[in-house]
Amino acid sequence: MKHSLIGALCAVAVMGGAFAQTPKKPVAKPAGKAAIAPAAEEKDAATLEFEKFRAEMEDSNPAELFEAKGEEQWKNKRGPKSASLAETCDLGQGVGKVEGAYVKMPRYFADADAVMDAERRIVWCMVEKQGFKFEDIAKQPFANANSTPDITNLVTYVAGHSRKMKIDVPLKDPKVREAYETGKAMAAYRAGPYDFSCNTCHGADGKRIRMQNLPNLSTPKGAMAGVQGWPGYRMTGGVMLTHQWRMGDCFRQQRFPQPKYASDAVAYLLTYMIGNANGQVYKGPGIKR
Amino acid sequence: MADPMKIRAQLKGDVAEIRILMGHAMETGQRKDAAGATVPAHFIQSMTVDVGGKRVIDGQTGTSISRNPVFGFKMKGAKAGDKVVVNWVDSKGDKRTDEAAVA
Repeated sequence: MKHSLIGALCAVAVMGGAFAQTPKKPVAKPAGKAAIAPAAEEKDAATLEFEKFRAEMEDSNPAELFEAKGEEQWKNKRGPKSASLAETCDLGQGVGKVEGAYVKMPRYFADADAVMDAERRIVWCMVEKQGFKFEDIAKQPFANANSTPDITNLVTYVAGHSRKMKIDVPLKDPKVREAYETGKAMAAYRAGPYDFSCNTCHGADGKRIRMQNLPNLSTPKGAMAGVQGWPGYRMTGGVMLTHQWRMGDCFRQQRFPQPKYASDAVAYLLTYMIGNANGQVYKGPGIKR
Repeated sequence: MADPMKIRAQLKGDVAEIRILMGHAMETGQRKDAAGATVPAHFIQSMTVDVGGKRVIDGQTGTSISRNPVFGFKMKGAKAGDKVVVNWVDSKGDKRTDEAAVA
């Protein structure tokens, strides 16, 4: 059953690294075309400059503006049912509790009978508790230069309440474990015109695309590099984007069909990646170049 | 309706570091939308910063400033508790004023 699911969803993604992310790990020294990327540990000048720049920007991250909007939308009564998420939505820590909720997802929710990442859960709440239509949310689920959907603000708000907390995905829960294992299998599934799997780029240490280091998602540090900074504000275009968006972008880079928004496929891959990052400290909504 | 600004003013020794984060689309008027129509220009045209009742910045900004811009500067002579008042006006006449205290 699992294999047919994987096939049908064509769900394989390169996560974390690639173009959308600023280098988190030391950049390998530029090598000749034929050279194999060395497992570089020292940081070159460009990386250090990037880190200075990022530290400077993190201090005044425009993500805060989206957090503020998300807070309003979390607390206000909205939707056809005129309900507020603060009074109805349980992110796993109790109704309305956002403190530390983001770093403890994906998790299994009995009321939805599904393993859900933060964004999927909030969408579920918007549909079930507030009466929004899923189709309407899924029509434009991610921000572009012209507008930012409410869901992005909400995710940013929730993520902002897990600052400096340790990732703690409940992998002991058998349902979450199953999602993790499925996600792991999906990460190893090769297909598409490039015959790529996630692991082609993100399964070993020291890989990179041009100057961009690719984190090894099977290690805690590598997985964290793919988790850190999402949701993130991208200075290119000035848009706020979520982890769900990033997963879709990996599908795109692999020349795969786009995964369905807030689907099992994305939740399973996120469970695998975020679960691998267990124990690492999450810094909150990030900023990307 | 303009979004509120985030203003941070920290005293480090005798130098106050002030950072202002503004939420604004800062449309240049050069961008085209998906349908090919020009997105009309809409940007912050002028801003002022008053610290402790004294005007310290009275400036003009234009389309070269990014979306959701951050402005940062350092100044001498500010005291803890001084009120920082930031005010901007954009090309459509929208205004926003926010304040914070030097900490």
